[in-house]
Amino acid sequence: MGKTIIKAENITRRLEGEIPVTLVSNADVDIKQGEFIVITGPSGSGKSSLLYLLGLLDKATSGTIWLEDTNVSTYNDEQLANIRLEKLGFVFQFHFLLPEFSALENVMLPMKKLGILPYEKIKTRAQELLSSLGLGEQMHKLPKQLSGGQSQRVAIARALANNPILILADEPTGNLDTESSHNVQKILKELAHKENRAVAVVTHDLGFAKIADRVIKIVDGKII
Amino acid sequence: MNLLISIAARHLLSRKRQSIVSLLGIILGVAFFLAISSLMKGSENDFIARLVNNSPHININDEFRDPRKQPALTLYPEAAVEISNVKPVSETRGIRGFKQILDDLSTLVPGILASPVLAEQALISSAGKNYGITLNGMIAKEIRSVTTIEKYMVYGSVDELISNQNGIIIGNELAQRLALSIGNNITIISTNGQMRVFKIVGIFRTGRASYDATQTFVDLKRVQALTNRSNRANNIIIKLPDPYKAREIAAKIENNIGYKAVSWQESSEDILNTLAIRNIIMYTVVSAVLVVAAFGIYNVISTVVMEKQRDIAIMKSVGFHARDIRKIFITQGIILGIIGCLIGIPLGMVLMKSLMQVKLKPPGGTEFVQMPLDWGWQQFAVAAGFAIAAAVIAALLPARKAASVQPVDILRGS
Repeated sequence: MGKTIIKAENITRRLEGEIPVTLVSNADVDIKQGEFIVITGPSGSGKSSLLYLLGLLDKATSGTIWLEDTNVSTYNDEQLANIRLEKLGFVFQFHFLLPEFSALENVMLPMKKLGILPYEKIKTRAQELLSSLGLGEQMHKLPKQLSGGQSQRVAIARALANNPILILADEPTGNLDTESSHNVQKILKELAHKENRAVAVVTHDLGFAKIADRVIKIVDGKII
Repeated sequence: MNLLISIAARHLLSRKRQSIVSLLGIILGVAFFLAISSLMKGSENDFIARLVNNSPHININDEFRDPRKQPALTLYPEAAVEISNVKPVSETRGIRGFKQILDDLSTLVPGILASPVLAEQALISSAGKNYGITLNGMIAKEIRSVTTIEKYMVYGSVDELISNQNGIIIGNELAQRLALSIGNNITIISTNGQMRVFKIVGIFRTGRASYDATQTFVDLKRVQALTNRSNRANNIIIKLPDPYKAREIAAKIENNIGYKAVSWQESSEDILNTLAIRNIIMYTVVSAVLVVAAFGIYNVISTVVMEKQRDIAIMKSVGFHARDIRKIFITQGIILGIIGCLIGIPLGMVLMKSLMQVKLKPPGGTEFVQMPLDWGWQQFAVAAGFAIAAAVIAALLPARKAASVQPVDILRGS
């Protein structure tokens, strides 16, 4: 295992309202480079909320989050968006591909937004990513022309586009058949172990727990 | 930015029918805006051109803007002096020393064309009926340079007055009423009872019936003799190289000579005010068409925002900023506005061309006139600017709503 990529110290997320709800309570999590962790728990336990906090999509009510030794808890929305673009990759249960864009264009999207590579290099990298995930023949198809498993692999390719240090996946196999699930499990594990990225997966899928380096169990917002 | 434009364009293409309907609104709005505003502006320009061309740019008359003060008031301005029922001395009216004034004017305003006029009321008696006319006594060789009457001559020429000092030029309405034609003699009776016979050397037709029935042109000296007002003129009419400077030059002249100098803008102030109000009404009405079209754009972009909540959430989670999302939806408004202009302007030009083919006989007029249209670039700029502004404003609210989407709210909901 390498250095710590992300570290959450005593983070709490509470939704205020007539009936306040605590989604995550005093959680401490750290994920290292090349580590493949799985977050499990019953429905409504707060595992997705924890993932959104680690993915800087949501802000903790209290506590601190360190990304590569930098305290990002105080960052504003724009700074957090820049970090998500440059360092994080997301895969969701519903692939959330942009329906008007082809598989290739969806993968090119984060790279175009980052704006570092020229167009031709962006295209070549997107093609390579899709080919490496077995989608070489499907890259010009629209999301509606792809199966669930293919769409999820396109979403993984998009998550990898900007070469992130941390990949966060929320129920990535929740909508897939067994074969596709195994395929996605294998890809995510290889991203951690072969490509040395930090990978965190929220899942009910027991298959993930078997192959994970570490399993974090969460119940009622608390890590147990 | 190209990325944001391509996303905006794809969103619009994904809802082709709605986009086309809202686009039609902008296209028709721009076309009608252009056609109506160019028609109104054209008619305004035409009207002002007629005002400028057919009337003196400045008219100096034998009156004073402020009545002259009594000597006692001049001597004791602060005193409690009251002089009532003062009767002016009866004197021959007219501009005193008009020849000197004409000389002064040419040095005061370079390039000026000025000519004296003695305008008097008179009668023509024919077949037991009396007709009131205005005798405009002018220096024959200067008529052409300070009036446009030569342009309206249907028989003869104003130059005939140079060779025939007993000549008269009358309007065709008057000629028709009295069954007169060129070469006929008519007897004119002045207000002091003197009579003189004039020979008709020219007939004009301006199209303004009352003018053609009452105005006549004769030699200045003949009118002076007929009215017993030797060496007098009661008006000096002036043409300027730049008619739009008439107001300031008139003020300058009045300061120098004391007599009332009225610019064409002052004498037509009520008409110019009416034109300004007409413009406000016109722009309000034609803008309403584009405002309605803007609601169409608001509708289509709002729908896209509602439908694309997930896409917005994913773009934000990938790293798009709120301002990027805002730009995407404002760009949609701009795209609709620009395409609306690109199609609406040529359609407007077709409408303008069609309007130019229409010929109307205005009430009271004697001739058919073509619709005057203004083809100035300003019309096109205003139409395009207003359409794009309306489209952008229509897109602002949904764009703000889209930018405020919190990805976590959508992801949790899914």
